[in-house]
Amino acid sequence: MSHVTESPAKSGSSRFTSAAATYIDDRTKIGVAVKEFGRKVFPDHWSFLLGEVALYSFVVILLSGTFLTLFFQATMIETVYDGPYVPMKGIEMSGAMASTIDISFSVRGGLLMRQVHHWAALLFVASIGLHMLRIFFTGAFRKPRELNWIIGFVLFVLAMAEGFTGYSLPDDVLSGNGLRIIDGIIKAIPIIGTWLSFLFFGGEFPGTDIVGRLYMLHIMVLPAMVILFVALHLMFVVIHKHTQYPGPGKTQQNVVGYPVLPVYAAKAGGFFFIVFGVIMLISTFFSINAVWMYGPYDPSPVSAGTQPDWYIGFADGMLRLIPPGWETEWFGYTWSWNMLVPVIIMVGFLVLVAIYPFIEAWVTGDKREHHILDRPRNAPTRTAIGAAGVTFYAVMWGAASSDLMATHFQLSIEGVIHALQALLIVGPIVAYFMTKRICLALQKKDRSIALHGYESGRIVRLPGGEYVEVHKPVSDYERWELVSYHDYAPLMLRPNDDGRIPFSKRLRAGFSRWFFEDRIVPPTQGELEQGHNEGH
Amino acid sequence: MAEEAKNSSGGSAAVVADGHGVETASVGTAVLSSDAVQNPGLPPHRKRVTDLDPKKEKNAERGVYGLFYLSIVGSLGAVLAYMFFPIESGDASEIRLHTIFVGSGMALALLAIGIGAVHWGKALMYDGESIDLRHPVASDEPTREASAEVFKVADQESGFSRRTLVRNSLFGALIAFPLPGITLLRGLAPQDIDPVEVLRHTMWDKGIRLARDNGGHKVGEAIRAADVTIGSVFHVVPENLGQAKDVLNEKAKAVVLLIRLDEKDLKETPEKESWSYNGIVAYSKVCTHVGCPVALNEQHTHHLLCPCHQSQFDVSDEAKVVFGPAKRPLPQLPITVDDEGYLIAQSDFNEPVGPSYWERLK
Repeated sequence: MSHVTESPAKSGSSRFTSAAATYIDDRTKIGVAVKEFGRKVFPDHWSFLLGEVALYSFVVILLSGTFLTLFFQATMIETVYDGPYVPMKGIEMSGAMASTIDISFSVRGGLLMRQVHHWAALLFVASIGLHMLRIFFTGAFRKPRELNWIIGFVLFVLAMAEGFTGYSLPDDVLSGNGLRIIDGIIKAIPIIGTWLSFLFFGGEFPGTDIVGRLYMLHIMVLPAMVILFVALHLMFVVIHKHTQYPGPGKTQQNVVGYPVLPVYAAKAGGFFFIVFGVIMLISTFFSINAVWMYGPYDPSPVSAGTQPDWYIGFADGMLRLIPPGWETEWFGYTWSWNMLVPVIIMVGFLVLVAIYPFIEAWVTGDKREHHILDRPRNAPTRTAIGAAGVTFYAVMWGAASSDLMATHFQLSIEGVIHALQALLIVGPIVAYFMTKRICLALQKKDRSIALHGYESGRIVRLPGGEYVEVHKPVSDYERWELVSYHDYAPLMLRPNDDGRIPFSKRLRAGFSRWFFEDRIVPPTQGELEQGHNEGH
Repeated sequence: MAEEAKNSSGGSAAVVADGHGVETASVGTAVLSSDAVQNPGLPPHRKRVTDLDPKKEKNAERGVYGLFYLSIVGSLGAVLAYMFFPIESGDASEIRLHTIFVGSGMALALLAIGIGAVHWGKALMYDGESIDLRHPVASDEPTREASAEVFKVADQESGFSRRTLVRNSLFGALIAFPLPGITLLRGLAPQDIDPVEVLRHTMWDKGIRLARDNGGHKVGEAIRAADVTIGSVFHVVPENLGQAKDVLNEKAKAVVLLIRLDEKDLKETPEKESWSYNGIVAYSKVCTHVGCPVALNEQHTHHLLCPCHQSQFDVSDEAKVVFGPAKRPLPQLPITVDDEGYLIAQSDFNEPVGPSYWERLK
C-alpha cells in the first residue's frame, strides 16, 4: 500500500537513518521483524483502546512504583514519627507508615507519585474490567482466542492481588483493617485456617512480619507474573491478529485497518502519553488514600464508612450480605458459613467468568475460527447472561458501600442490606430478561431496516386513498452491518449409533434451546429482493 | 430462506459459503444460508478536509508542532516548579503548591505529546485503510506432520512410551518435587507456639485494672467505677498492656468496650449476673465475624455496630447478634472493683475473642 513517491535525492537525515538501520540489521537481523510487523494492520475502534489503557496504566504503575520503592521502608519496626507533619509528631508507628508519611510530606514530588501510583492502579483494574466486558459482549473470546481469555482473566486476578497487597503496605488504620478481614477469612477455612493465618502473619495478627511479606509479593512476584502474562497476552494478539467489527469489506479472512508504521505507532504511542497525562492530571488535583488522616494501624479504632479500594468491593460486599447466624459447631469444630459461603460464591462467579468461552463453544459446537465480532444484540442470550453477571457483580460491589448508602440517603442500614439481598437474587434475573428482550427488539428493528429501509417520516396518500409512509432504503454498505451475523439453531436430538440419546447430549440440547430458541434469523438475499419489490 | 445444513450433532465438517467466506471446520449448530446477503466490499475512500484544503493541512501541521513545543514547556515548567516550590517546612499549603505545579507541568508535557501525536496520525498521515490477509492459526499440514514426526522420533530414541516404568516414575518424581518447597514455607509460621493456645488467652486476668485506650501503644489512666456515668462508653485496654512483648498483637485481642446502662435495661442470665458492676458491662471490642473493631455505639438502642460488615450487637442483651453476618455474641469480660474503687477484671474472657476459627471450641 505504498502511495508516497520516493524523493529522487537522498537527504542528509534519510542517509543517517539508512546507515543506522544497516548497522542494527547487520547485528540483529531485525529487518525480518520490521518486514513482518512494520506494516501489520490493526483495525480501528474506540473499544479496542480499553486494553491499551490497561497496558499503559500498568507502565505508569511500574514507573511510579519504582520511584516509591526508592523511599519506602517495608518494615514494621516501631519508630516514633518526628517529621514535619505536626499532627503525627511523637506518635509511635511502623517504619512503613512513617516512610509513607515521609514520602507524602518530605519528599519532593513524593505525594504526587503516591497519587499517580494509586490512581493508575485504580485505572488499571477498571480498564481490565471494561476490556473484559468488551471481549465478552462482542464474542471476541471464541476460537481461536479462548486461551487468551484465560490469560486475560489471570491478569485480572493478578491485578486485584497487586491492588490488595499495595493497599496493605502503608500500615495505616484502613489497610490494617483490610488485613484483619483477610485474617478473619483465612481463619474461617476448615481444618487448616488457623495454622494458615499464623503462617501468613508469622504468628498472631497483626504481628511484625506482614508488611515485609506483602512488599515482596507486591514489587517482585506479582509484577513479574503480570509482565509474563501481558507478554503472553500480546504475543497471542499478534499470532491471532486483531478481531474486527462487522462492516463492508471485512471478512473472516482479512483485517482492515491501519498499519503499525506510521499511523498506529503515532496513534497508539500518542495514546500512551494521553493516558499517562490524564493520570498525572487526576493525581495533581485529586488526593487519594490520605493515610495521614487515618493514622497508623491500631487494632482499636475504626471509622464509619470504611471502604476497600473499589475492585475488592465485591468481595467485601458479599461478606455483608450473608444473613445472621450462618455458623455451625459440628463435632467440636467451628464451621463459619458466613465466610465460606461468600468465598464460594465469589470464587464460583470468577470460575464461571473464566470458563464461559468453553461453555458457549460446547453449546454451539462451532469449531470454526471467529475473527468478526458479534454486535451484542446479535447474540441475545450471551448478552443477557453478561448483563445478569454484571448485575450480580454490581450488587455485591454496591453492598460494600451499604453503610454509605444508608447515611447519604437517610435509610436504615438493615433496609439497605435487605434490599440488596433481594436484588442479588432478583436483579440478575430481571436483567437477563430485559436485556434479551431489548436485543431481540433491536434485531427486529435491524431486520426491518435492512428489508424496508429507514422510516422517513413522510406520509404519502396513494391514489386509492391509502396512506403509506415512505421508507428510505439503506445503502449496501449500511445494510451489510445489519445482516452479516451468524445464526445458530437449537441442537436437534438424534439417537447415536446404539440408538440411545446420552445425558450429555440432552444437556447440550437443553442449553442450546435456551441459547437459540427465540433467535431472529438474518435476512437473506431473496428476502431483500422481495422487500425491494414491495416498493417501500 | 435459511437452510439447515449441518445440525444433527455438530459432527462432520462442511464446506459452505455463508457470506463470511469458505469454512472447513465443523460449524456445530450454526445455520449456513445458501442465500446470504453478499459482502459489498470496502466502501470508497473519503478524503479528509486536510487532504482537500491546503490551508487546513497547514493548520493541522502548526497544531502538531505547536503541541510538541508546548510539551517541552511543560517539562521545563515541571523542573522549574520542583526547584522553586520546595517543601522544606512540610507545611500543607507548600505541599499542595508543589504537587500542583510539578504535576501540572508533567501532565502538560505528557498530554501535549499524546494529543500531538494522535493529531498527526489522524489529520496528516495517509488515512487509507489497508488490508492484511489472515491465515488459519493452526500451522499447515506438512508442518504439523513434521512436528509429529519429531515427537515420534524423540519418543523412539528415548523409549518414552516403551519404558513405562521409567516414564511413570518420572511423573511421580515431578509431582513430588515441589513438596519440599512448600514445606520450607512452614518456617514462616512461628515454630514454638501453639495457635490454639495463643488465641484462647488475652492479657486480661484476675485483678488487672481497666485503663483507657489512648490510641496506639499508649495506655491511659485506670478507670474508677464512680467515673462511669449512665450511657457513657469507654474504650478500654489492660493497664499492663505496655509491658507486652508485641503490644499491638495483645491489643488486638484485649480491646474492650465498657458501657454503663441503667440496671433496669440490662438483661442478664443468672450465671453472668456477677460479671457486671452497677450496670457497667465490658465486652470484647473485636467483632466475632472477621475481627474488625466494633466501635460504633447507638445510645438509644444500646446497639453496637461493626463498621466493616454491619453486624449489630445488643449490649443490653449480652451483646447478642441482632443483625448482620456475625453469629456469636461479643465475649463478655467479667469485671468488678478493687478496694480503691478501680474497675478490675475478674478473670480472662471465658472464650476466645475475635473471628471464628476451626479449633475455637478446643
